[in-house]
Amino acid sequence: MTPWEPRAPLERLRFVASLRAVIRAWMSAENVLEVTTPVLSRAAPADLHLDAFRTAPLPSTPTDDGPSTDGSRWLQTSPEYPMKRLLAAHGVDIHQIAPVFRAGERGARHNPEFTMLEWYRIGMDHNALMDDVAALFETLWRRFDRPWHSPERHGVHDLVNEVLGAGAAATDRGPFLDVVQVRAHFLAEGRSWPASIGDDADAALDLLLDEFVLPRLPRDRLTFLHGWPPSQAALARLGTDAAGRDVAERFEVYMGALEIGNGYHELADADEQRARFEQELARRRAGGRETPPLDEGLLGALAAGLPDCAGVAVGLDRLAMALADVTHIDELIAFPFERA
Amino acid sequence: MANYGTNEFKGGLKIMLDGDPHAIVSNEFVKPGKGQAFTRTKVRNLKTGRVVERTFKSGDTVESADVMDTKMQFLYGDGEAWHFMDPETFEQLEANETTVADAKLWLLDGADCEVTLYNGQPLAITPPNFVELTITETDPGLRGDTATGGTKPAHMETGAVVKVPLFIEEGEKVRVDTRTGEYVSRVK
Repeated sequence: MTPWEPRAPLERLRFVASLRAVIRAWMSAENVLEVTTPVLSRAAPADLHLDAFRTAPLPSTPTDDGPSTDGSRWLQTSPEYPMKRLLAAHGVDIHQIAPVFRAGERGARHNPEFTMLEWYRIGMDHNALMDDVAALFETLWRRFDRPWHSPERHGVHDLVNEVLGAGAAATDRGPFLDVVQVRAHFLAEGRSWPASIGDDADAALDLLLDEFVLPRLPRDRLTFLHGWPPSQAALARLGTDAAGRDVAERFEVYMGALEIGNGYHELADADEQRARFEQELARRRAGGRETPPLDEGLLGALAAGLPDCAGVAVGLDRLAMALADVTHIDELIAFPFERA
Repeated sequence: MANYGTNEFKGGLKIMLDGDPHAIVSNEFVKPGKGQAFTRTKVRNLKTGRVVERTFKSGDTVESADVMDTKMQFLYGDGEAWHFMDPETFEQLEANETTVADAKLWLLDGADCEVTLYNGQPLAITPPNFVELTITETDPGLRGDTATGGTKPAHMETGAVVKVPLFIEEGEKVRVDTRTGEYVSRVK
């Protein structure tokens, strides 16, 4: 029996409401236009590690999808693709606060339905966007009377080398990490290592960060992690860092060990983007996973020309958790998944 | 034997790991926004009682353990074996000292227990959450003695030693939480 009562108390709902209001005021002052894009799409991300919800076939809904499809729609995992179509069409800064959905993600920091704050800045790269994120967050921290300290910035290479020893993270082309070495470190430290990671260097990096790096990040300020391996570029451009290493021009922002956002210097090359999508789809297919249709709207927008820009997706619930200093996402949601 | 996926993990689930039956104590979903999901668990080895951490990649499966909890009545212990009876079938079985472990400190003859069976053999005994026991030995309480936090050790008729408030006297009956070993109240 689902309880009818909301989970979050009224004062938390008031807090989240005022958080949204302050964000919108900041965006307005910065001339970042608020937009609305569809929650239901005929396409979904190809990402190996994102599973979108899908509606049942809707035969009564008139569509021009063609005879090969059943008219079903995918619920967005982020508003990124349609927002980039707007960027390609209009070339102005935009933001959106939107409901997003990710199947299978549930825990103290995850609700399968959550809220994303996403914004894009024309002419910025990932470095400038880190400053932009810090500027908004400083405004929020001060507005909600939380102590503000200057954020830290760290390259993923450096943090990995601090854990595994100098030179562990590759300094030139080739695999970012030696999985055998990561596994040996886990075993030497008496930590559990899932055998199913196999030779997946990206999964090894994810677990290494979670187990050994994130717990050491300062708890009283933001940390930006940049310099991600090219294999984790997703929709970001490739570039080189200050030490001349190949990296994805991407960052993640954390409060302590809590991941709050993920930003890209946006890839504008349609062919490169399509190739990355196809590669992810192949990995999904190999793993026996569903392979959703690619977003041809996005690829068309990139082909038409995406202005040089950077964008960031911030989990609004996570941001609220960091600001309110709560450890379970349910404390801020009126009706978490099990009560929905 | 059935298999469980990581998305079915929850506290109390009995699974086979490294050839031994384990119970999941707690589990935590971990996933970077764009990255691989993991399930970090604490599992208790049901043979040794040891709790260890195990991390699974999302989508991993584990075999379920043929472990069953049944309500049984404790009959008596003779120092070598502890005897239990199924109150419905009257079937009896005996458990050795390793299996009974700390539960023996709380067991009065006739107590309703939970017996964990693995492949039909007793693996662990869980006493009732609350038991009412008579104090066989304790020092007389001294008024104003706060150095020990207002408690004193008391020996129970079953062999357990429980910290009780100073006003409790020998021969009195008290209610104890067996999960924490803590005094709850006096029983009149």
